[in-house]
Amino acid sequence: MTPSYYLLLSALLFTIGAAGVLVRRNAIVVFMCIELMLNAVNLSLVTFSRINGGLDGQLMAFFVMVVAAAEVVVGLAIIMSIFKTRRSASVDDANLLKY
Amino acid sequence: MSALLSVADLMADFLAQPPQPPQPEPPLPQVPPADVVSTGEAVAFWVLGPLALAGGLGMVFARNAVHSALWLVLTMLSLGVLYMVQQAPFLGVVQIIVYTGAIMMLFLFVLMLVGREASDSVVEVLRWQRLSAGVVGVVFAGLVVSALAGALTTVDPLGLAAVNSTGGGNVAQLGRLLFTDFLFPFELTSALLITAALGGMVLGYTDRRELRRSQRELVEARFRGDHDRPSPLPGPGVFATANSVATPALLPDGSVAPESLSEIIAPRERASLERDEASVAGALPGPDAHALVPPLRVTENPHTDRDRTDKGEL
Repeated sequence: MTPSYYLLLSALLFTIGAAGVLVRRNAIVVFMCIELMLNAVNLSLVTFSRINGGLDGQLMAFFVMVVAAAEVVVGLAIIMSIFKTRRSASVDDANLLKY
Repeated sequence: MSALLSVADLMADFLAQPPQPPQPEPPLPQVPPADVVSTGEAVAFWVLGPLALAGGLGMVFARNAVHSALWLVLTMLSLGVLYMVQQAPFLGVVQIIVYTGAIMMLFLFVLMLVGREASDSVVEVLRWQRLSAGVVGVVFAGLVVSALAGALTTVDPLGLAAVNSTGGGNVAQLGRLLFTDFLFPFELTSALLITAALGGMVLGYTDRRELRRSQRELVEARFRGDHDRPSPLPGPGVFATANSVATPALLPDGSVAPESLSEIIAPRERASLERDEASVAGALPGPDAHALVPPLRVTENPHTDRDRTDKGEL
């Protein structure tokens, strides 16, 4: 096997995450699918770093982790505030801005 | 003439020197040896890769949101070990600590707050959405996998063994990069983190709109008719001789107070309460308060020992 197998695994994980975002209705599960996509991209960055023989890819994955942590804090706070006003965590119920 | 002389000189030199074997080509100095995937790494990949895929699929297909979070934890742990296998030990540890330890636990906290039973509705708002999403996913996976397989099979990986073995290892090299070449993005990261913390505090802050009402205000509201009845509901067992929750309260005339019937616990049958009603109505002799012996058993009482157990006589 070659390290490009990791890239195939990363592509499959990204696809699962994207399909999960399209399929699931619970806002928290949708958020977890986004996290899965970020993780898949991190795996491809680490693999590219190995293929190129430099540490830039690993540092990029590190920055992705930092951004993901900040995103989780704000996103979960938004989900919590929506839940407090509408008593629901479903993405179909937050439709005040629809029309 | 001079050319002939030089040729003659060359021939003389050639004949004078002993014949030497052909020198091997010296290797190019800048190219490190190619990275080779060891057998152990292949085994780790073929064990952890399917585990990560199973975690992703389980997260998408689990009906319960907590189960989804746990499946995602499995995926993230597998990916962390894969990072370590791929010569990125620092990222592997950070993946396990930050992602699995902090972020997923934050998800679980929010799931507990929002309500674990808030599962997905099975109603499709857009028709054929799930089917088309599945088709799009399969097509996208086929596209990306075939493109990657076609483009990257002939790539020779350089490997990180040379980088990780010099300059203090992986962590020190990452730190050096972070504070030299990537200093400006690093500072931007600090601004991002502060903004995220502020955003979390602003969004999570709840202002208590109305002050908590005092007892006097509650009483006045009750008698003004804001509540169903001015007094609280009769507790179970008031006027009854048993203090079980399943025993309904008896009104002074011996009838069962309907408001005291618990909706959760099935109330007793009316026939089993005849003795309680009779004792409340005064038809039975009451217990002697001064007696040190157990009270007399009523012989015509059709009840069994269970009823007396409720009354504390046994």
